[in-house]
Amino acid sequence: MGKLVNKPKYTMMERAYLPEIARGLGVSMRHFFKNTFSRRSKSEIVTVNYPEEKRIYPDRFRGVHRLTHRDDGSPRCVACLCCSTACPAQCIHIEPAEYDTSDPRYGYERFPKVFVIDELRCIFCGYCVEACPCDAIRMDTGVHVPPSTDRAHFIFDKEVLMSIPGADGTYESENPRHEPGDPSHPGLTRNHGH
Amino acid sequence: MDSFLLLSTAAKIGFALAIIFSFAPVLIWAERRQSAMMQDRVGPVRANIKLFGINITLFGLLHPLADALKLIFKEDFVPPKADKFLHALAPIISLVPAISVFAVIPFGDVFYPELWNQHFSMDLVGPATRGTPLQIASLNVGILFIFGIAGTGVVGAAIAGYSSNNKYSLLGGIRAAGQMVSYEVTLGMSLVGCFMVYDSLLLEDMVHWQMAHMWGVMAQPIAFFVFFTAAIAETKRIPFDVPEGESEIVGGYFTEYSGMKFGMFFMGEFVEVVTSSAILITLFFGGYHMPFLNAGGWDFSFQAFGHVYLENAQIALQHWGVTLIEVVTWVLKLSLMIWFQLMIRWSLPRFRYDQIMALCWKVLLPLSLLNILITGLVIIWNNS
Repeated sequence: MGKLVNKPKYTMMERAYLPEIARGLGVSMRHFFKNTFSRRSKSEIVTVNYPEEKRIYPDRFRGVHRLTHRDDGSPRCVACLCCSTACPAQCIHIEPAEYDTSDPRYGYERFPKVFVIDELRCIFCGYCVEACPCDAIRMDTGVHVPPSTDRAHFIFDKEVLMSIPGADGTYESENPRHEPGDPSHPGLTRNHGH
Repeated sequence: MDSFLLLSTAAKIGFALAIIFSFAPVLIWAERRQSAMMQDRVGPVRANIKLFGINITLFGLLHPLADALKLIFKEDFVPPKADKFLHALAPIISLVPAISVFAVIPFGDVFYPELWNQHFSMDLVGPATRGTPLQIASLNVGILFIFGIAGTGVVGAAIAGYSSNNKYSLLGGIRAAGQMVSYEVTLGMSLVGCFMVYDSLLLEDMVHWQMAHMWGVMAQPIAFFVFFTAAIAETKRIPFDVPEGESEIVGGYFTEYSGMKFGMFFMGEFVEVVTSSAILITLFFGGYHMPFLNAGGWDFSFQAFGHVYLENAQIALQHWGVTLIEVVTWVLKLSLMIWFQLMIRWSLPRFRYDQIMALCWKVLLPLSLLNILITGLVIIWNNS
């Protein structure tokens, strides 16, 4: 049993077709004259000349990754491998390393000797940012991965990732970081727990 | 053949070709930019030439140049089982008639080179004064020449579809042939009313009648509407572009064309827009006629309610000035008409094929026959 489709009822004016054509022409002419003979700011043009003019993306836009800095300029990343584990595209490669025994951070946390993201593999899902317990990886840069004809240019290593600022221009994160020795530091180390 | 005739004809052909071949690329730009403006886009503005560190884009006017360069250097591919000769011939057949229609279109009144510096009146014209009508050829068949030549355009599309050895091309060619042959009938019938009113087949006589009485669009509004619709259908452009309906038959009759052969179809379409606009303004918008301008100069006096107003508002102009204004008027009218055609092309959706045929045979043709009847009755009523 077929379904009965109700055809729209047309009025006499609509069936005559010509008045409707005139109306349609009126709409397109209004747009044409407004966009052609008024200044850019007053026209209704919604597209932009992309590389010269850029739209400001919303705050939650997931752009190219960046590694946030500590106050001393080293990465906040503690090489816990949460991001690379969460990554569905498996585009993050981290080689963790221990700090020198004399370093106050030794035994408390590690650091990434190698931190590489393959931006061609990345699907920009943002799971790495969700997974990070240290707010060390962020996608709040507000820019795309720059285009290139060379695949090697899309392998972003630690230095490149740390050189990209956030959309606000800073390299740090707003979340406080408690370094060993700070008064706010809970004093937890690998040897001295809760 | 004397040198005056040769020289003046060469100059007129040069002018007509200059109009056609400058309008065609500008139209490519106009179509893309105008559609952008209508659809709230910026449109193509990125083709540029870098001179002394400055990017010259000319509002995107360099895009047709880039297009032409691309088309020239593209591979000219002919399908292996295509008819090589017909395949090469088809674009020429569809481009040449569109251009040659321009031969009978008047773009100015008769010009007398000897009197160029004088205030013109017919008294100055002696039996030895040589004048040249600003029209390449004043054929006594006039408008029938246009029908005859423009009708060959369908052959180009049909041959292109037939010779490509491609089902989509063939379908497009058949569609084009069916549509154009059907609308050719309406095209001719719609103008019969005009012939009755203008009492001539000569295009210059039609313009003169409109100068003396009123513009054809007021004298024959139904004929204008029918002819305009049929003319758009003849150019195979939206809303009548089923012969190249991309969503159904890839590219229609020029699916298998590439490089400059495709470019010729592409340009032929724009040349057709120019020529159909030229015919439209000649038949219905007074051709080169500028209101309040006569052979002696401006004359703003007019008669209304049995009283003559602005009796002394006259500005005398020299012969060259009047001729120049006429030609400029013609070019302006042509541009406006083309602009309007582009406006329609970007405002309306495509008709279905059966709708096109129904519109032609069930609406436009009876309407043009009715127009002949009404015109005849009015003429009889006026004469009795």
